[in-house]
Amino acid sequence: MRILDFFRNNRKTSASTAKDRLQIIVAQERMTRNGPDYLPMMKEELLLVVRKYIQVPDGAVTVKLDKDDDCEVLELNIMLPEQAEAE
Amino acid sequence: MAKVIVVTSGKGGVGKTTSSAALGTGLALRGYKTVVIDFDVGLRNLDLIMGCERRVVYDFINVIRQESNLNQSLIKDKRVDNLYILAASQTKDKDTLDIEGVGRVINELSQTFDFIICDSPAGIEKGAFMAMYFADEAVIVTNPEVSSVRDSDRILGLLASKTARAVNNRDAVKEHLLMTRYDPSRVAKGEMLSVEDVTDILAIPLLGVIPESESVLSASNSGNPVILDTESKAGQAYDDAVGRLLGEDRMHRFLEIEKKGFFQKLGLFRS
Ligand SMILES: Nc1ncnc2c1ncn2[C@@H]1O[C@H](COP(=O)(O)OP(=O)(O)OP(=O)(O)O)[C@@H](O)[C@H]1O
Ligand SMILES: [Mg+2]
Repeated sequence: MRILDFFRNNRKTSASTAKDRLQIIVAQERMTRNGPDYLPMMKEELLLVVRKYIQVPDGAVTVKLDKDDDCEVLELNIMLPEQAEAE
Repeated sequence: MAKVIVVTSGKGGVGKTTSSAALGTGLALRGYKTVVIDFDVGLRNLDLIMGCERRVVYDFINVIRQESNLNQSLIKDKRVDNLYILAASQTKDKDTLDIEGVGRVINELSQTFDFIICDSPAGIEKGAFMAMYFADEAVIVTNPEVSSVRDSDRILGLLASKTARAVNNRDAVKEHLLMTRYDPSRVAKGEMLSVEDVTDILAIPLLGVIPESESVLSASNSGNPVILDTESKAGQAYDDAVGRLLGEDRMHRFLEIEKKGFFQKLGLFRS
């Protein structure tokens, strides 16, 4: 039993894959949730612009709107792949 | 003034109606005057699960449209004192619900009831919105499965922005996570998300964990809310959840695989 458990724990279970995927998607959705309606669309368009020059995966562009008392900050994040190649 | 509790999930078929019937019955068993309202207009299932389908004369939509009054429309449960059901309409669709009408009915019920349980339809559209709008507390029913957890998170977003409490800047709706159809043996094998996985992601207090149980199907076959089956694990887990809803401190049971013996008992104390 113990030895079996040992091998089992070393392998990534499907439940832990599920958890990892959920954490990513939920974090993304929470970021856009409270923003104005145009945020998701703007994100899509930004992604298209970035892709004219660099190949990036779907989640590479994130936008976040932070509100303070008297100012709003739009935070734009573009994650480049390890070896970004210009086309 | 009644406490209004919505039982909601986003995803369909996760156990909202089963849970609404069980929690409502449990509260009434403890002496609280409780009404369970079926918001699933067009589908109507709560009456079947609670075994009163042949006694529906007037429904929720009739009351909203003032075609009948509350006394005519509330169905009094035959087994449990203090328990009432307001059935959904089968013939109309969800667009017949309007916020003023729903508000008027909830307000009237508030005068005489302790708890109003709103059984939400699936989805994040109008029906679900109506069911949650007047809520003071929300029970988010979640299965240990990716799409259900994701939908629950969306529902949390709506509760925080689209309810009367949110719109009027009152205290937020109090959230409770109810995990249903939980299978500890599959969790142990790494095939199913664990309670900790789901609470890590959703980050709301855990009201209860209802194990996958055959007694749920037999309860629905006979039209008896599963909480009345006091021998079953699901029934006992719902009873614990009712206790916690009322502020009792109860240990979570049925989270580990059934293994009779000393180590099993030890396991119970660990969590
Ligand atoms: N703990 C459980 N163990 C086994 N089966 C369960 C459990 N909870 C619910 N079920 C089954 O899951 C099915 C769906 O349950 P239920 O009707 O309560 O879900 P729902 O969320 O109200 O669905 P809908 O979204 O259609 O309104 C039913 O067949 C029910 O018997
Ligand atoms: Mg239902």
